Formats: sequence, C-alpha cells, structure tokens
Amino acid sequence: MPDLEELYREIILDHYRSPRNRGELPTPPAHRVEGFNPLCGDEVVLSLEVVDGTLRDIKVAGSGCSISQSSGSLMSAAVKGKSITEVRELVAVFKAMMSVHEASLSDDDRTTGTEDPPTEPEPVDLASLGELAALQGVVKFPVRIKCATLSWNALVQGLDELAKAS
Amino acid sequence: MTPVPEPLDAEVIRKDFPLLAQRVHDRPIVYLDSASSSLQPRPVLAAMERYYESTHANVHRGVYATAEEATALYEGARRKVGRFIGAPDPRHEVIFTKNATEALNLVVNSWGRANLKRGDVVVLTEMEHHSNLVPWLALAQNVGIELRYLPVDGQGRLDLCDLDRILDGASAVSVSAMSNVLGTINPVPLITEAAHRHGAITVVDGAQSVPHLVTDVAALGADFLAFSAHKMLGPTGIGVLWGRRELLDAMPPFLGGGGMILDVTLERFTPAEAPWRFEAGTPPIAEAVGLAAAVDYLDAVGMEQIVTHERALTAYALTAIGDRLGEVCRVFGPPVGGDRAGVLSLDYRDVHAHDVAQVLDQFGVCVRPGHHCAKPLMSRLGVSATARASIDIYNDDSDIDTLIEGLTHVGTVFG
Repeated sequence: MPDLEELYREIILDHYRSPRNRGELPTPPAHRVEGFNPLCGDEVVLSLEVVDGTLRDIKVAGSGCSISQSSGSLMSAAVKGKSITEVRELVAVFKAMMSVHEASLSDDDRTTGTEDPPTEPEPVDLASLGELAALQGVVKFPVRIKCATLSWNALVQGLDELAKAS
Repeated sequence: MTPVPEPLDAEVIRKDFPLLAQRVHDRPIVYLDSASSSLQPRPVLAAMERYYESTHANVHRGVYATAEEATALYEGARRKVGRFIGAPDPRHEVIFTKNATEALNLVVNSWGRANLKRGDVVVLTEMEHHSNLVPWLALAQNVGIELRYLPVDGQGRLDLCDLDRILDGASAVSVSAMSNVLGTINPVPLITEAAHRHGAITVVDGAQSVPHLVTDVAALGADFLAFSAHKMLGPTGIGVLWGRRELLDAMPPFLGGGGMILDVTLERFTPAEAPWRFEAGTPPIAEAVGLAAAVDYLDAVGMEQIVTHERALTAYALTAIGDRLGEVCRVFGPPVGGDRAGVLSLDYRDVHAHDVAQVLDQFGVCVRPGHHCAKPLMSRLGVSATARASIDIYNDDSDIDTLIEGLTHVGTVFG
C-alpha cells in the first residue's frame, strides 16, 4: 500500500510517538493559542515565547491524529529559536507544499462541491523544509491536509495576536 | 425488486444496491457507514427518476393532470410513512422536513417556544446526538428552561436508577431510541411511560432506530418521533416529524411561506391545518417519492427479518473483534443482546480514529471517524474520537472479515 506508506512515513510516526517540545509554558510571559478542527476533534495548544523578535521557546499540547500531532511536533522543532521573519517564511513554504489541495478545501468550495482548477503550485524548495518534507505525502489525502496545517494555522494566529498586542 | 427468500439473504439484497459495485483502491467497497447515511436500492432511485421523467409538478397548486398526480404521490408518501410507524392518523400527523435534525428543531422551536417558559424542565440523556441537544441548549439560553440529563452507565446503557427524581416536574422528555455511537437500544417505552406519569410530553429521536427496528409510535409511547429518510435506504433532503394530532393542531408554524397558510392579508396570516402548516415552500416531492419507495423496500424485506439479520451480524462482529483484536481494540456499548444494535464504535489502543479510518480506507472499508455529533458522550467515554463501523441490511460476514483484516493492518502500520 504505497500511498499509505507515503502518508505514514517513519519520521511522522516517530514524531507522533515521541513528540518534541511537548507541554505548555507559563503564561505570561508565554502567549497561548489554540487550534481546533471541529470536524474530527483534533486539538492543538501552542505556548509561544517571543523575545526581541525571536521565537525563543515553543511548546505543543493537545490531542489528535498522527498527522496533526506529528505536524505540530515537526513544526515546533523547525521554528524554535528562529526569528519571527524566518518563522513566517517557513510557514509560507510549508503551506505552499500543502496549498494546492488546501485551497480546494476552503469552506466556499466545499459547499458548492467544485474542484479548484489545478493551480500551478509555487515551486517549493523541499530541501529547505528538512524533516517537514516528510509531510508532503499528506497532499494525496485532501481530508487530512487540515490535520497537517492545524498547528501551523494556530502558530500564525498566535504570531498575529502578538504583533497586534505589541 | 428481486424476490427475497427468508431469512434475509444479504447476497441477494446487495445486488439491488448499485453503489456496492464500486471499487475503491482497486478493492470492492465495504460500506460500513450506514449510521451516517445508508445506500439506496434501485427501486428508490428508479421511483425518483420516474417521478422526474413523467410526473414532476409542484404539489397542492396546479389543476392539470400531472400536478394532481404529483400531489397524489406526495400525499400517498405521507400516508405510507405514517402506516410504517403505526401512526393512527397518517394524513394529518406526518410532517415532511429536511431531515431528522429539522424535525427536532421544529418540535423545540414550535412546541417548545409555545409551551415552555423560564424554569421549565426538559429531560434529555447524556448520549444524545447534537441534533437533540443543541436546539434545546439554544432554548435554554434564550428562554431559560432547565435541562436535566439521564446518565449513561459504564456499559453504555442509560442509568435509570434516578428516573423518577430526574423526571419530577419535567415538561418534556426527549430521548434517542438508539444511540448513534454505542448502538444501545434504549428502553423508550419505560421512559415515556414514566414521563407521562409525571405529566411530560415525549419526543423520540428515531434517526437510528426507525431504519433498523420495528417502529410503532403507540408502543414507543411517543408524542413526537423524528427520523431521516437517508438513513433508511431513502434519499437525502427529506426527514419526518410525526406528532400526535392534538399537539400539532395547537402548535404555531415553524417556518413561514407558501403552502402553509389558509389566508394572508397585509396585516396578518391564518395558518393552514397540520401537517401543511409546518411545510412552508415547495416540499421535497421527489424525495418523498423516494422515501415511499424505501418504505416499500423495507416492508418487502421485512423489518423482523432485518432485525434478525443485523442482530446476528452484530454478534458475529463483536465476537470476531473480541477474539482476534481484543487486546488492542475495544468496542463501546453493551455486549451482544437484545438491546444492542449494529453500531460499533472502535477504540484502537493509542491509534487515533482518523488514522484507523485512513488505513481501513485502503481496504475499501468505509467507516466514520470522529465524535459522531455526540461530543458530551465522547467526553463521558473518555475519548476524543472513535472509528465507527455500522451495519445495514446489505452487509454480511465478509464485510466484517475485511474490517478485521484492515484493523489488523493498523497494528502493522502503527506498530
């Protein structure tokens, strides 16, 4: 079952079984943000500690499927210690990897049942994603893209809230 | 339809369901998601196509021949559905809605708003589907009614030890006849008898029970019964609210529009009598025709035979899962028995339901992962999601065997 093996790669299962940066940080100083997928009940809680434009620490809590939880773990490892600018760039690259199908899952399209025209995906530098590239198998399973992007959307929401507050 | 020998022969039945000829991932489809939505047999599809090709017209409006015929088909469907559930007055007591959810919303928003005030008590259970919970919660927020809940015990049955205390002073009781998560068949007659003794009216959510059990509104002790066509081999887009006529006659309209009035001026309107009072706008006519064909199909197979077939298959599934996967996989709900229907909510060790369902999909097996629109019950069970396999008349042992093959592979993938 090649599709299944592509979805559940060893890196993903490893991050699911042994999630990195698991837990919560005291708020304040950390900022807390929740992501929620009402369709399946996946839940992610991020604690973000931003100091001088750098994401100094991040913790991930919550529960859900292997894709949502491993994506959160992989994300935390990838963004920890990076500048906010770098973090946002990484988010953009990750979303580009997912975006072709993510667009077809937007609420508008789901209600009308139309397929997105196959938009030309932005060229994604998979090498720049490191371990995160393991999640590219998810795009073959459109329903699961929301699982993979859950913690990333929460991260963006958290960074936006912090930017607004400062 | 193909003549069906007794007892129910799933192999013969399956041939009537075109969707079962589909292949998924190069394997035959194994459809175990009927608690979510059942498949439709050819006679249902044919009846709807025939209607659109030969009879379609709006109902209760035109005087031309096809309009008369469409009206006759629509009202005929009403009577057929009424007889199927033992309604004493099918013509006046069966309301066509969009689905069971809308039927329950109709009760809450029409009967509830007209009859309940701040502090009045409505009793539900901890195992209700959101459709029999959220409308009441909204009424609690808007009007201030008090909600009480019959608890669920460790085996997934209703705990009725405190029934009389909980019902004390209640104005209404609204319960599911069969849990869409646990497969529990609730002792509805016992609850409704007690409810009536306490002066409460009774609402029964039959979305899961009507497709799988013999239904008689008098035996249930129901004042209202809600169910959906698409879970009983019928089309989507139509549901049913049955209500006792004297209750319906005293209820204000739910939605306003064409078809539900006797008279309208610029100042006021006079509503039509029930059931038309509750059917604003052009109703789902083709869907009513399809639902009537589904009722015919169920009648031809025989609800008793369906109960026997599904009970045997449920026992086979529970035993096989227990024997072969008992160490890694638990199934919620009561053990094999008279109050256990074919809804199997699976919890596979530490593997999330989404992942279980994803692996099963590769085997062509369709199950539903998630909270099944019963989040309070999931909290009560201590899980965020389950993978739910549900049985219908077209399922047989081979479907369960493939389910188990897929579940075994879950262990291979997740180690």
